[in-house]
Amino acid sequence: MVMTTSTDKLIYTRPTAFTETPTHYCPGCTHGIAHRLVAEVLEEMGVIEKTIGVAPVGCSVFAYNYFNTDFVEAPHGRAPAMATGIKRVLPDRVVFTYQGDGDLASIGMGEIVAAAARGEQLTVIFINNANFGMTGGQMAPTTLPGQKTSSSPAGREVSTQGYPIKVAELLATLDGASYVVRRSMHDPANIRKAKKAVRIAFETQVQGLGFSLVELLSTCPTNWGMTPVKALDFVAEQMIPVYPLGDYKVSPAVAVLKI
Amino acid sequence: MTRELWKGNNAIAEAAVRAGLEAYFGYPITPQTEVLEYLSRRMPELGRVFVQAESELGAINMVYGAACTGVRVMSTSSSPGVSLMLEGLSYIAGTEVPAVLVNVMRGGPGLGNIAPAQGDYKQAVHGGGHGDYRQIVLAPASIQEAVDLMVLSFDLAEKYRTIVMLILDGSIGQMMEPVEMPPMQKVRRRDWDWATRGRDQHPNGERRFLTSIYLDPIEEEKTNLRLLKRWNIIQANEVRYKDYFLEDAEFVVIGFGTAGRVALSAVRAARAKGIKVGLFRPVTVSPFPFDAVRELVPRTRGFLVVEMNTGQMLDDVQVAIRGRVPIEFYGRPGGVVPLPEDILAEIERLSSDILSVDRDPRQEWFKRMSALTPAG
Ligand SMILES: Cc1ncc(C[n+]2csc(CCOP(=O)(O)OP(=O)(O)O)c2C)c(N)n1
Ligand code: SF4
Repeated sequence: MVMTTSTDKLIYTRPTAFTETPTHYCPGCTHGIAHRLVAEVLEEMGVIEKTIGVAPVGCSVFAYNYFNTDFVEAPHGRAPAMATGIKRVLPDRVVFTYQGDGDLASIGMGEIVAAAARGEQLTVIFINNANFGMTGGQMAPTTLPGQKTSSSPAGREVSTQGYPIKVAELLATLDGASYVVRRSMHDPANIRKAKKAVRIAFETQVQGLGFSLVELLSTCPTNWGMTPVKALDFVAEQMIPVYPLGDYKVSPAVAVLKI
Repeated sequence: MTRELWKGNNAIAEAAVRAGLEAYFGYPITPQTEVLEYLSRRMPELGRVFVQAESELGAINMVYGAACTGVRVMSTSSSPGVSLMLEGLSYIAGTEVPAVLVNVMRGGPGLGNIAPAQGDYKQAVHGGGHGDYRQIVLAPASIQEAVDLMVLSFDLAEKYRTIVMLILDGSIGQMMEPVEMPPMQKVRRRDWDWATRGRDQHPNGERRFLTSIYLDPIEEEKTNLRLLKRWNIIQANEVRYKDYFLEDAEFVVIGFGTAGRVALSAVRAARAKGIKVGLFRPVTVSPFPFDAVRELVPRTRGFLVVEMNTGQMLDDVQVAIRGRVPIEFYGRPGGVVPLPEDILAEIERLSSDILSVDRDPRQEWFKRMSALTPAG
């Protein structure tokens, strides 16, 4: 509990959607920011008590320790299927998955495409940090052309290792997807935009308007071998040109949502 | 008591509905598909959940998610599909949530064929997904028994927070028999103290999470031991089997599911010829009725294990008997269903004096088989 006197103005505190547990993320990692955006939105919407989160396999595997909501932890890539099982039996609950790019765009591509195509009333927070963080920075489907990772030591060679998968663009082609956008977390202005998108995504679900996904460009300073500040620059200068920010799918019903 | 004619797959689907099934997730695969088709109509009619998943991976993880909320949930599949589900089953076991799965087994390995087989015994009973866990496996030999065990599956799954797998083979799934259906149970949402349904559904508004991660090996070891402890209770209380003509039997045939059913016809024919033979049919193949088989040892001259595989349950029977009485084996793998005459001939061989505890039952059978069906 933070005490304030009548003249103080409280402008920043821990969202009540968080537990007291400190996160295990590396310094400068934007997983923490993404968590906070979700926590603030859940608190603002007053849905903490009816939310069930689905954690992935990846650095955010312990997300369930940080959110003050019910949580389950899915097998690698299968979070959208698990979330489908939960939401279908408990349609009045707020169900979200939180997934990395290895989890969602590599091993779990089948599950995410199918969930979006079915128009599941789910919200997906998708963290694109251009590598597999947890296992030590291997190449992910999202790794940039030429980007060095521990499994593409000479830089991703597209002729043999393929091209980046653009998840937001890809899922936006599905009629079942109602709200699919890409945002970045590399500076405060973008973080504010990201938060608004997270809010709209959850509103989409709560209003029963269909599947929503927010792709968040994220940093992995540890595996990129950069300082936190350099990593933010890398997002702005290298990632955004490959992964343009924007709204890839906003269904007419979502477009008129008043928040 | 009213008995109606039911096809096996439809019958288990309806039995699950009557047992209070709240959600079904599946993917088409022969010879199980009728379950999915039946429930695609029946579940929505009752306002319950039906989803045709994108794959068996999707299906089992939907089951996993729904199971975490504490509802009665199941999937059904056949051998290749069950292989895909093993990852999910391991997670379900590690998370200790109740779930029910039916495997209508077919010939394999690989794509194999769609004929009835029992080649997944090992996978169901001894293996399956990674890590140290066990699951209850029930093996019916008739549609009525499949229906009764279907209902029991949900009770056992909830009672022990475990996976219950019903293994049928294609013939039970596909054939028709008169069945007495169980009464319609109400869908009951119980206040499990572990289910994740959102904090406002929990008595103290507490936060719950369900996971299979125990990063500290000591904690994982404790979990493994907790699972084993629960298994010991299951083993002590839930072993089920059927026996036929065992009172004065000198020879005992052991078979489960369809093989056990065909063996019963053979045993009856042998009895008509004056051979003192009986049948022991495990209903729970996991937990396997080790003690019940062992009790037969002092009064039995020889055992004959009959399976629709190359001798999988045979290993368990050997463990039970520990070399004290001769065992012979007869199997038809790959989707071939043994005929009563074939098994009768095997029973007649038992009463000749070939029996010896030194014979390797699988190798002796293989030699005889090779004469009939060269292994190529
Ligand atoms: C079936 C399976 N395959 C592989 C792994 C190993 N694994 C753990 S996390 C991970 C990649 C995670 O990367 P990402 O989803 O991008 O998340 P990040 O750690 O970057 O947040 C892999 C391959 C696993 N746990 N399970
Ligand atoms: S390894 Fe990368 S993604 Fe994982 S916590 Fe560290 S910085 Fe974040």
